[in-house]
Amino acid sequence: MALHLKLHTQPDVPLEADCISPDRMQSLKNNEISSMTVFHGNRQVKLGDFFDCKGTFDGEITIDGDLSNIKHIGASMSLGKIIIEGSVGLHTGAGMQGGEIIIEGDASDWLAAEMLDGKITVKGNAGHMTGCGYRGSSIGMQGGEIFIHGNVKNETGHVMRRGLIVVGGDSGDFTGVNMIAGTIIVFGTMGIRTGAGMKRGSIISFNEAEILPTFSRNCEYQPTFIRFYAKYLEKNGFLVDPSYANGSFERWSGDSVEINRGEILLSKHKNK
Amino acid sequence: MSASMRIVNGQVYDPKNNIDGEVKEICVEDGKIVDSVSDEATIIDAKGMVIMAGGVDIHCHIAGPKVNLARKLTPEARRHDPHPSTPFTRSGSGGTTPSTFAAGYRYATLGYTTAMEAAVSPIGARHVLEEFEDTPIIDKGFYVLLGNNIFLHNLIREKRIEEFDQAVAWWVNATKAYTVKLVNPGGDEPWKGKRNSNVSNIDEKSDDDTLSPRQIIEAFIKTVNKQGYPHPPHIHCNNLGHSGNYITTLETMKTAGDLRAHIAHIQFHSYGGEVGKNPISKAAEIAEYVNNHPNITCDVGQVMFGDSTIMTADAPLAYVLKGHSKGKWVNADTECESGCGILPFAYQEHIYVHTLQWAIGLELFLLSEDPWRIVLSTDHPNGGSFMAYPKLIKLLMDEKFRREEMKRVNQKALLNCSLPELKREYTLSEIAIITRAGPARALGLETKGHLGVGADADITIYDLMDDKELMFSTPRYVIKSGNTMIANHEFKTDSKGKVYHITPDYDNKIEESLKPFFEDYYSIEFSNYPVDDRYLHQHEIIKTKTS
Repeated sequence: MALHLKLHTQPDVPLEADCISPDRMQSLKNNEISSMTVFHGNRQVKLGDFFDCKGTFDGEITIDGDLSNIKHIGASMSLGKIIIEGSVGLHTGAGMQGGEIIIEGDASDWLAAEMLDGKITVKGNAGHMTGCGYRGSSIGMQGGEIFIHGNVKNETGHVMRRGLIVVGGDSGDFTGVNMIAGTIIVFGTMGIRTGAGMKRGSIISFNEAEILPTFSRNCEYQPTFIRFYAKYLEKNGFLVDPSYANGSFERWSGDSVEINRGEILLSKHKNK
Repeated sequence: MSASMRIVNGQVYDPKNNIDGEVKEICVEDGKIVDSVSDEATIIDAKGMVIMAGGVDIHCHIAGPKVNLARKLTPEARRHDPHPSTPFTRSGSGGTTPSTFAAGYRYATLGYTTAMEAAVSPIGARHVLEEFEDTPIIDKGFYVLLGNNIFLHNLIREKRIEEFDQAVAWWVNATKAYTVKLVNPGGDEPWKGKRNSNVSNIDEKSDDDTLSPRQIIEAFIKTVNKQGYPHPPHIHCNNLGHSGNYITTLETMKTAGDLRAHIAHIQFHSYGGEVGKNPISKAAEIAEYVNNHPNITCDVGQVMFGDSTIMTADAPLAYVLKGHSKGKWVNADTECESGCGILPFAYQEHIYVHTLQWAIGLELFLLSEDPWRIVLSTDHPNGGSFMAYPKLIKLLMDEKFRREEMKRVNQKALLNCSLPELKREYTLSEIAIITRAGPARALGLETKGHLGVGADADITIYDLMDDKELMFSTPRYVIKSGNTMIANHEFKTDSKGKVYHITPDYDNKIEESLKPFFEDYYSIEFSNYPVDDRYLHQHEIIKTKTS
């Protein structure tokens, strides 16, 4: 039986619970887990004041309840799996180094900020700044994979350096802003200023998008690698219409305000 | 009032008093070193330990508007390096530009008890003094930037030397400074007026000027020596970082004649080669000049590999460097008196220039024949954080370690310097000189840097270890003004250090010339410009010839 945490008291102000991580809990007994300290606002309290703890850790932690006011779950984790049965708050999986987080509901802002490795799957929507760098950081996500089946808000993949972000729905403004490298795939539509300031990397969309004037159109072609990506995405629960994957893409390179080595690929499939 | 204390059984390294590792009692009463104390005094048994005076950093950047800009520019460094509170000390944040609290505590954890902020624009003096109040434990002071001051330039240009002397003394009084600082004298103003403009040699005059850097340097050296400041002009020479700049450095030192001058971060000014091409080492030439001229003191400004923050009043330099780093950067114009440039930077072993800078710094230390006149510094945070001092000490004391480190760096750079041939190892006594006794003497702080009777009871006690980096990273005891701040590696109390400043005499008539200039060109009212005494908090005036 996996370690099971259940929220029994909704916190009045966000709870900073970076202790909810396989790394921190793997060798603890349930009473020790309940005694772990978390910040409730500016006060240190015990995790047990808000969560019931049952079961034993076998590499997996499941968490029940509306966790939208719980921050930093799985932050810096490097192993194991966390399954969140509902929605979750800010900074989930921030700085994650390995392991897996599955979120059945929605994720809030700063999901997987400065992630290094591992995998996060969100069955619902995600907020702003998914897989981004924190303010001031020159490098954001440096590895790993983020799969979001719903929509994301603004600045997804900001200063991303490596890794993969897949958005099943729409993405907000500034998708891949200041991106250094890596791949972002958006099934739906993207907001304005996609790839602004990007150095390298690929932003792929199955829809049309507004392109900044600092990007230049290169060609229309059928990139082979999209087919490989499509197969991989299918394995991860995304439905990819083969006619999109095999179809033509318009390639734009930019951002010329930077070193102009990034690319935006927009599907030109006619049966939209 | 601090309690009396007797430290017994420790090996004392007190070069000023010719004590070189002898086991000797150190007695402390009322914050001072005394001959003896009563039997009731607290006893610290320092068996197997090394006792030195508290460290003195002659050149660092730890407070003021430019440091604050750097802190704001690097929030990621604050996130990655929190400085937690203890039952006695406050929290802060670190990185290469630590918050005020963290800066004070971190200096203390290295056994340093005095640090001088090396570049403050006059208009930023009030801010610096307020930050000093929040920088715990260490005593401090600052050098005021006057080398690019338009009013003073006008006086030199018009040969109104008597008024120049008075104006310099007025500015030092108005800001509560410890001495004057010249940064790329005559270089900021052309840059501010004309994009990418700078001076490239000490006798160069810009297109619309009749004043050369040499005239500015000469004027300041003469006035400061005439007025007898405890520390001579602290000079950041022109051409910092450019290949071939050692000529400028030699000429700057020659300009001093036999008058006292301090050359700041001399490593950055010891490069041969052609402008625009890779530098080569000219450490031998610079070291030879310093060795033969007892009027010159210098600090090294050692480069240490890793993160740093370039932080300088040399605005054109920062502008050039931002072109290399292509990252975030700040340039600022400080009214009629200075410029400013800040950018986060990282020195990397595999890069030719960075390795050469690292090697030149070590060469300068190892070629120096008089440790009293060469001071250990990294020009914190320009060459690296002051937290790298223990590693630097190990590089100087342990040739084997130095050779291991040399294997990791750019080998081509090592071919262009003499570091691989240098076998010298610093002794503990020499380390005590370059980290305490020497800088205290260069600063004219007679109660610092030694353990003789009458000295301030600023004492650091290290466990004697083979690994000198570990030894100097973790003093077992740090005593400041007779109070035990750190015992068994843990803080036991907190305190505020004091501010050192000077008050050279001047004729009030100079204000009649200054006031109209302020009304015409400054954004601040003349009457609001001088810093009044309430900003000084705890302070001590060090006497000059004219105060």
